[in-house]
Amino acid sequence: MAKQAISFTLNGSPVDVLAEPRQLLVHVLREQLGQTGTHIGCETSHCGACTVDLNGRSVKSCTVLAVQAEGGEVVTVEGLATNGELHPLQNAFLQDHGLQCGYCTPGMLVRAFRFLQENPDPTDEEIRMGMSGNLCRCTGYQNIVKAVRNAAAEMRTKSESPTVEEA
Amino acid sequence: MIPGQFEYHAPSTVGEAIALLGQYGDEAKILAGGHSLLPMMKLRFAEPEHLVDINRIDGLRGIRDDGDTLHIGAMTTENELIASPLLREKCPLLALAAEWIADPQVRNCGTLGGDIAHGDPGNDHPAVILALEADLLIQGTEGERTVPAGDFYLGTYFTQLEPGEILTGIRVPVSPPGSGCAYSKLKRKTGDFATAAAAVQLQLEGGVCRKAGIGLTNVGPTALKAADAEASLTGQHIDEALIERAAELAMAICDPVEDLRGDREYKTHMAGEMTRRAIRQALQHAGGR
Repeated sequence: MAKQAISFTLNGSPVDVLAEPRQLLVHVLREQLGQTGTHIGCETSHCGACTVDLNGRSVKSCTVLAVQAEGGEVVTVEGLATNGELHPLQNAFLQDHGLQCGYCTPGMLVRAFRFLQENPDPTDEEIRMGMSGNLCRCTGYQNIVKAVRNAAAEMRTKSESPTVEEA
Repeated sequence: MIPGQFEYHAPSTVGEAIALLGQYGDEAKILAGGHSLLPMMKLRFAEPEHLVDINRIDGLRGIRDDGDTLHIGAMTTENELIASPLLREKCPLLALAAEWIADPQVRNCGTLGGDIAHGDPGNDHPAVILALEADLLIQGTEGERTVPAGDFYLGTYFTQLEPGEILTGIRVPVSPPGSGCAYSKLKRKTGDFATAAAAVQLQLEGGVCRKAGIGLTNVGPTALKAADAEASLTGQHIDEALIERAAELAMAICDPVEDLRGDREYKTHMAGEMTRRAIRQALQHAGGR
């Protein structure tokens, strides 16, 4: 099947790529655009490892066609740090040991990035519900919840910080 | 896992979409939220030659207040249903049920229309539209038609929709004052289909039930309308004995398939328990208004 030209914004920069309609967004991000931070987990839209931000909403990029990103804005884990400064969420996952093997972490970070814009001051229960589309098989989630809670506090106190994008 | 090959179409109007469907007939499938169709395509359970993506048709999104009814566009996402103050006020059952669907990411993609039109008895909105007695609005090459929810489902993955037709939206009655509703769902974990679930919509007047709607999820080849259970509550002052009776009548129509979620007996019992809980919650909801 003929490839189609697809143009979208990836982490703030315009990208053009040729892809077959059947190619999934996660494959195009990883294999054609070299952005391997987004992981492929279950490929059945359950685990959330492939979570990216598409047009201001968290989606599972294993269940979105790359052609559907046409004209859109995509943010992946590579887009969270600014000028070499880790995003407060990345710092919090580091400080609070919010990962062990790290496989789910890019999806966790990108989901939490959007979740904290939807709800900047969440309760632990709200964090658990907001992150419920992301599975972790190592941590037992306690430290992930703690990291998101601490990142939220950090981001609220530094709400003018340039690391918090207006995406 | 990658789907088989297909040609991709992204129309921007319903008219264009219907023209494409008319042109390609049963070689075409409609892509809504994609969280049922794309997994089926990856497994080659579905191999459409043409995929008509209706995500770029703005006219299919949104909730409109038409007075006695609400019009909800088929491409309104689950999260948009949950976030709608209009829906919370005028017909909360749809939003309450949407909260139980999948997870936040999936609810950003998954749509009301996709959930209804897919015809999977495990989907949650079919039982809800049966309880609400919604009308389904369908457009096709032959024009427009309206199908009552109660007539829509013919079998598992088998509905009144013909090739060339699109479900464009639904029309639901605004819940009158004194109404209460609940969706009670048993699921093993986030993202799973229901082991069993019950949607209940009650209209009360002076403590008496004027109208009852009850729909059941995933305990039959299609979502089920528990008509006998509804009739057992109508005109009554609902007490625990009547709730028990309604649950038994709901269980009597269950015909679930045994799977990893449980055997037929267990699922039937859970459908009864979900019915009891949903009726109690709906009564509480009606009283709390």
